[in-house]
Amino acid sequence: MIPMFAMGASDHDDHGHDDHGHGDHGDGHGGHGDHGHGEHGGGSSWWMYLLGFLVLAPTLMCLFNGVVGSSGVSYNPATGEYSSPILMAIILAPAIGAVINGTIGQKLPRPIVNLVGCAAIGLAFLFSISAVGSLMGLEAPAAEGHMAHQPIVYNAFKWIWVGNFQIPAKFVLDPLSAVMILIITGIGTLIHIYSAGYMSHDPAYARFFTYLNLFCFAMLILVLGGNMLLTFVGWEGVGLCSYLLIGFWYTDDAKASAGKKAFVVNRVGDFAFIIGMFLIFTAAESLDYQAITQLATTPETAGPLMGIATAATIFIFIGCTGKSAQIPLFVWLPDAMAGPTPVSALIHAATMVTAGVYLIARMNALFILAPTTMWIVVVVGGVTALMAATIAVVQNDIKKVLAYSTVSQLGYMFMAVGSGALTAGVFHLMTHAFFKALLFLGAGAVIHGLHDEQDIRKMGGLRKSMPIIHWTFLVGCIAIAGVPGFAGFFSKDEILWNVFAQVHAGAPMPGLHVVMWIVGVLTAGLTAFYMFRLYFLTFHGESRVAAGVTPHDAPAAMAMPLIILAALSAVGGYLGVPHILGGLVHWIPGIGEAMSHHILHTWLEQVFTPSANALSIRFEHDQEVVMEWVTMGVSVVVALGAIAASWMLYARPSDVPKTVAERASLPYKILSNKYYVDELYALLFVKPTLLIGRFFHKVVDEVLIDLLLVNGAAWVMESMGAIGKRLQDGNVQRYAGYVVLGLGAIIFLLLIK
Amino acid sequence: MEGSVPLEWYLILSAAIFAIGGVGVLLRRNAIILFMCIELMLNAVNLTFLAFSRYRTGALGALDLDGHVMSFFVIALAAAEAAVGLAIILSIFRHRRHINVDDGNLLKN
Repeated sequence: MIPMFAMGASDHDDHGHDDHGHGDHGDGHGGHGDHGHGEHGGGSSWWMYLLGFLVLAPTLMCLFNGVVGSSGVSYNPATGEYSSPILMAIILAPAIGAVINGTIGQKLPRPIVNLVGCAAIGLAFLFSISAVGSLMGLEAPAAEGHMAHQPIVYNAFKWIWVGNFQIPAKFVLDPLSAVMILIITGIGTLIHIYSAGYMSHDPAYARFFTYLNLFCFAMLILVLGGNMLLTFVGWEGVGLCSYLLIGFWYTDDAKASAGKKAFVVNRVGDFAFIIGMFLIFTAAESLDYQAITQLATTPETAGPLMGIATAATIFIFIGCTGKSAQIPLFVWLPDAMAGPTPVSALIHAATMVTAGVYLIARMNALFILAPTTMWIVVVVGGVTALMAATIAVVQNDIKKVLAYSTVSQLGYMFMAVGSGALTAGVFHLMTHAFFKALLFLGAGAVIHGLHDEQDIRKMGGLRKSMPIIHWTFLVGCIAIAGVPGFAGFFSKDEILWNVFAQVHAGAPMPGLHVVMWIVGVLTAGLTAFYMFRLYFLTFHGESRVAAGVTPHDAPAAMAMPLIILAALSAVGGYLGVPHILGGLVHWIPGIGEAMSHHILHTWLEQVFTPSANALSIRFEHDQEVVMEWVTMGVSVVVALGAIAASWMLYARPSDVPKTVAERASLPYKILSNKYYVDELYALLFVKPTLLIGRFFHKVVDEVLIDLLLVNGAAWVMESMGAIGKRLQDGNVQRYAGYVVLGLGAIIFLLLIK
Repeated sequence: MEGSVPLEWYLILSAAIFAIGGVGVLLRRNAIILFMCIELMLNAVNLTFLAFSRYRTGALGALDLDGHVMSFFVIALAAAEAAVGLAIILSIFRHRRHINVDDGNLLKN
């Protein structure tokens, strides 16, 4: 019999890494005592808590609805606002889960911890659906015949109340935050369930679910917060949880320092965010989003904001580059892959890293006042997208490829919001959350199934042994590559079209947008290429799996989220069908009419009205349709061509990749070393900082403070004491002698007077 | 007060005795000798008091006994000092068989 764990189980328990045994193997290798117990976590008990969750959650929902009425929305005539405590329920559900698992989780049995963790976020998801359902009902006629959704506002308490600096703990559910909370709680729930399987052998499972719940709590504060300071609280909270989860296996030095790196790099961005807040407060005297938007969109009051808009938005954008891993602060994200894979999926692909895109979308009224910032955002996004995509082409670690792909896709989102195509940015945020979470979870399942192997050179041919992972991963690849019909196609195409359309929309630099569009198309091609390189190297060709490892498919707890996410990746794009393709879906009974008009755009229109007015695309209608078809055609051809190229190079045995790597050894070396950015930063920032630190240690601290001030003061005292000591020698006669001397001195002085 | 000893002579005498006593205190090592030197100094001061007292009586024409009173105080004090001091010296002598003040440094440092 082949030993299951070539590397030894005890070796893994040391740092609690993915030491997974599985139900489906446990049967075949019943003789192995060391992983026989694995069957519980991986195989049989997952549906137990799923069942418990399905029973418990509706019960609690009914209780909640019974107490506060149907999602508790009430109208306040004094302020003209709708209010509902359900927003607090959404936020507090994961917090309660974190508290339970964080305090007594260590003593609870594993299924209970899993149940608490999943139920906490699952409840938040159900509450979110209920709240968003209520929000849909609150339609009010807005200007120009559009229907606007009245936001649901909940003022929890007065938080900071000092003079005119008044910050309420105010939570706002509007169409934009509605999209975000559905992504966070929905994908969050799937990833929690997946984690129950993935972490089934980690002894620190209670800690893991505590952090994961805590992260969801912070992320929900971030998107529901009604003012910048509350968003900042969530912003810091997710940063903290990101740090805790990257360094989850903290006994491994490299992983602990990856967490530290993420934390420190994010501090740089957070610092800029704070300065941005200061600037906005000095001009607007408020940090409330509604108030800022109101001020910025009213020409009479926009004056003070105009003065600081460019500076403030640039600082806020620097904050976004930190959290959303853009140039120059992207370096932490690839290292963040040291965390458990569900963390990479939830935090470092689907939710937290999109916070920057969300923030710009949220503050679009202010960004519109600063065209300079807007083109900086576009350029930074475009350059990041291209750079990260080129790096991803040569990476051999399955998670690193996905990490750089995430950086690249985030660059797309910034290109979109920078072009004023906010809907496109949020749309891509959503579809990316679907397919990137899927890809990460699929990668996690592969790593799990190969017992910790992350190197794609040691994979290959896995499509037979891992059919579920293979098919879902393929859907993810197709979606991200932009094959027509799948989610990524719709959102990416919309971004490219909007970037291109800026050329004619009176943009200050039309040439820039042409360049950026080309960059976007190139990146799209590279994306399709590296994703299918990853797919073919992992699932096709000869097996290069190390001897002694038996690959196996995902256990049920992990397969279910994969299948749901694959379905979302396939159909998620139909929330944003472009106008020119509207006819293709118009026939669908019931929803076809709505679908043909870009559902997401209609839904978000009200939030983005200010910038829509400023940046509406000004093509002649016929010309617009032709151009849109052309750009769409170009990106589809590029994507399909890249997939074909990747198939030729990697699906079959070929030595072309090797030859290319040898011929172009210099570019290859630069790319595989990630443009030496880490080394550059080490040279520019880390080394000087260390030098300054050493200077302060060796010179300022040891010489100036220790030697001169501390020991110097003591030395002065001691020397003075040495003189005094000699006087007080205990010889009474000498004392008397001094008295006589003093007496003589006094007499002498009196005499010479 | 014609023909009597002038004040200066008293003062010079008492200064001389005080100086002898003072030098003795500074230079001698034997505790008994020190003691006697202190007595010399005290009595030199007494002599001054009395001389001044006498002198002031002569000048003002009325009896002035302040100096005498001070002398009595000094004598009483010297007696008390002698009682305590001699007791200490005696006990030191019993311990060490000598009364050299230089060697009494047990509590130093």
